[in-house]
Amino acid sequence: MTKPIKQIHLAAHFPGVNNTTVWSDPTAGSHIEFSSFAQFAQTAERGKFDFLFLAEGLRLREQNGQIYDLDVVGRPDTFTVLAALAAVTERLGLTGTINSTFNEPYEVARQFASLDHLSGGRAAWNVVTSWDAFTGENFRRGGFLAEDQRYERAKTFLQTTHELFDSWRGDEVVADKAAGVFLSDPNAGAFAHKDAHFDIHGRFNVPRSPQGRPVIFQAGDSDQGRDFAASAADAIFSRHSTLEAGQVFYADVKGRLARYGRHRDELLILPAATFVIGDTDAEAAEIAHEVRLAQVSPQTAIKFLEQLWNRDLSDHDPDGPLPTMDPIVGENTISRGRASVRMFRDPIPIANQWRAKAEAENLSTRELIVEVTGRQSFIGSPRTVAATINDLVQADASDGFILVPHITPGGLDPFVEQVVPLLQERGVFRADYTGTTLRDHLGLAPLRAPRRSGAAGASTGVAS
Amino acid sequence: MVVPARKAGLMPDSSTRLHLAVALDGAGWHPGAWREADARASELFNADYWADLVSEAESASLDFVTIEDSLGVQSDDHFEPDYRTDRVRGRLDAVLIAARIAPRTRGIGFVPTAIVTHTEPFHVSKSIATLDFVSTGRAGVRVQISARHDVAAHFGRRELPRLSADVITDPLVQQQVNEYFAEAADYIEVLRRLWDSWEDDAEIRDVATGRFIDRDKLHYIDFEGRWFSVKGPSITPRPPQGQPIVAALGHGGASYELIAGSADVGFVTPRDATEAAKIVSEIAALQRAAGRRRDTVHVFGDLLVFLDRTAEAAQARRYRLDDLAGVEYRSDAKNFVGTPAQLADLLQEWHAAGLSGFRLRPAALPHDLVQITNGLVPELRRRGLFHTEYDTDTLRVSLGLARPANRYATA
Repeated sequence: MTKPIKQIHLAAHFPGVNNTTVWSDPTAGSHIEFSSFAQFAQTAERGKFDFLFLAEGLRLREQNGQIYDLDVVGRPDTFTVLAALAAVTERLGLTGTINSTFNEPYEVARQFASLDHLSGGRAAWNVVTSWDAFTGENFRRGGFLAEDQRYERAKTFLQTTHELFDSWRGDEVVADKAAGVFLSDPNAGAFAHKDAHFDIHGRFNVPRSPQGRPVIFQAGDSDQGRDFAASAADAIFSRHSTLEAGQVFYADVKGRLARYGRHRDELLILPAATFVIGDTDAEAAEIAHEVRLAQVSPQTAIKFLEQLWNRDLSDHDPDGPLPTMDPIVGENTISRGRASVRMFRDPIPIANQWRAKAEAENLSTRELIVEVTGRQSFIGSPRTVAATINDLVQADASDGFILVPHITPGGLDPFVEQVVPLLQERGVFRADYTGTTLRDHLGLAPLRAPRRSGAAGASTGVAS
Repeated sequence: MVVPARKAGLMPDSSTRLHLAVALDGAGWHPGAWREADARASELFNADYWADLVSEAESASLDFVTIEDSLGVQSDDHFEPDYRTDRVRGRLDAVLIAARIAPRTRGIGFVPTAIVTHTEPFHVSKSIATLDFVSTGRAGVRVQISARHDVAAHFGRRELPRLSADVITDPLVQQQVNEYFAEAADYIEVLRRLWDSWEDDAEIRDVATGRFIDRDKLHYIDFEGRWFSVKGPSITPRPPQGQPIVAALGHGGASYELIAGSADVGFVTPRDATEAAKIVSEIAALQRAAGRRRDTVHVFGDLLVFLDRTAEAAQARRYRLDDLAGVEYRSDAKNFVGTPAQLADLLQEWHAAGLSGFRLRPAALPHDLVQITNGLVPELRRRGLFHTEYDTDTLRVSLGLARPANRYATA
């Protein structure tokens, strides 16, 4: 029996506030003017992408006790800019990263329900956690959450918002003028939730939105994170964009779904991916190297070094060899507000690997950093890139990709203009939207409305 | 210093013309409005409904719209929830309505409501800054306190005492309400500092040194207050207006102090011209006492308007709406029932008494809004009291407010 051909899902990640984004290029535009976001979104929609994706951070990053100034800094408020993008698009999904620590379920649920109404059912939520006192300094409670509690709070936060979304069935607004009945149910929106993190009750004040609730994304990679996604998410924003690593992750996570009574198609695996397109593979490789050099300036190379070495290296020569001393083990005191430093828990072996590689390949500090901090996922001619993406999806290394261009806002153009048509010709990507909601685009069945509103009921965190 | 926009010729400049805002809420402010034949009662949660209302308001070059909001279900009772099914219940988030509509407009301002007793000032600051970006400089916010214990229970973060009509005049309760206003003043201070936390030219894109920003032009706001402390800087750069408009509704006492001490626009509810003049001078005195002698603080009169071609028709409509709602509707604002020309008479009188503008609450939508755009505005223009088109780029400038210098800039 031949395996049915999978349809590819594609999304567009607005370039973020990290060094992947090249701001020094003359074609690089604004990261805050609305016109940049509108242009980017409209390009993605022209390309029939499933959705647009925005990251978020609630405090500006710092290094060595100072605001980090080498990467793009500054971004709009997620909900507000997504609502505005709903005005200049018609089908494109709108996915925002919203934090479960420095927010409250009632407000986040209101905002997502409103965004879903205002976009005709295109809202999605990438649920992230944080715990740190650093970010907390911008909020009323400060850093109030222990690190090991962050997943628990995220889970119960998400569960609570589900209860809020389900507190309206969707048929309560009857607006019967003659009879004088606006609401069929005087208790519409009633809810109560009590646990260690949230003790709230009352009435939710936004009627059920077109999708019922936003599509849920989760980005966990740890065992706990994968379980959280398997139990509660519609899609995973994953890190594994290569064949073997992708297949292993895919099989693992999809394999966990049955435990929660869910089918394999109910959770999409979507890795983040970067790309460089050239007329030929060789040209693309050259461009890719130039882009890497632009992404890792001499100053950036030193900053990356400091993140691993956990010490001030401002006097180090980026064109010289790596430092000879060992990194400082223990809590990272150099960098704040950056998730990536958690990956450097065991810095000494990593430093040794870097030194070995630099020596073997005769690489300066900057060249070494270019090598070890992330090559583009797809480098080649349009044909090569299209084939690679299709192969990965058909081989179950993913269900599609969330593409992250390195230039704002035009960096998506080459992909939409040159790669998408090839995928469409091959019949593995939509020629046009067939549905109106993001759930439609992602192939997720519409949610069944809850049987009665205000039902606190047993909660498993699983969308029905 | 920025000179307010002026045009040569007959059109009045912003110092003589009056300003007009319209307060949008559901199907209109009257509880029976949703039952009118032309009410779009089943469309209140659709973007198109709001787009059409704002488009109508913009067609008459109204200064701005406000959008009501709350963090609980509406209630006829000021202090407790009700469980009525014969009223509009449910609302979309006002900031998001504004953001959804703004990109397709070109001149009208947007002043959504934010509930400052519960939301984080850091979040509201970046939301309104972003609204300013997506509207290219036409954003503001109306800060609203919430004293309701049931709304507090939606958050579980603070317990507020149950209030009722009996206790509201109790001095201890008044003290508590004053505290909410004092917190609102701190909140506005945080909003303003966060809007200034990026200097205008912080983004430098200096390739030679590899720096995207000049970090010396970003500032920690280091706000420490009784209800919150906020470090900053904002994650969002300085908005196009520098400082979006801050508005507040007041009825006296601490709410007038809030307007005078912290806001750019106050909405007040006089019953006649004499009271209007009294309120204006009371707020002006409070403004001087707060050290804001040099600032412009607009005081707008709020009116609930029932408008029609004849006074009889307007009155009949009002009675019909009251019948539909089962109540003789009164609110904090004076009811005006009459023709657009009669309303123009009143506005002219109250404007002469010192109010620089008015926020009109349409009893029913779209009817009273169309009476405003098609009836009132042409009449005001005939009298030289209202502009014929948008002639400024930003809401601040249209209100005669200079773009403020950044408080942290040393240059």
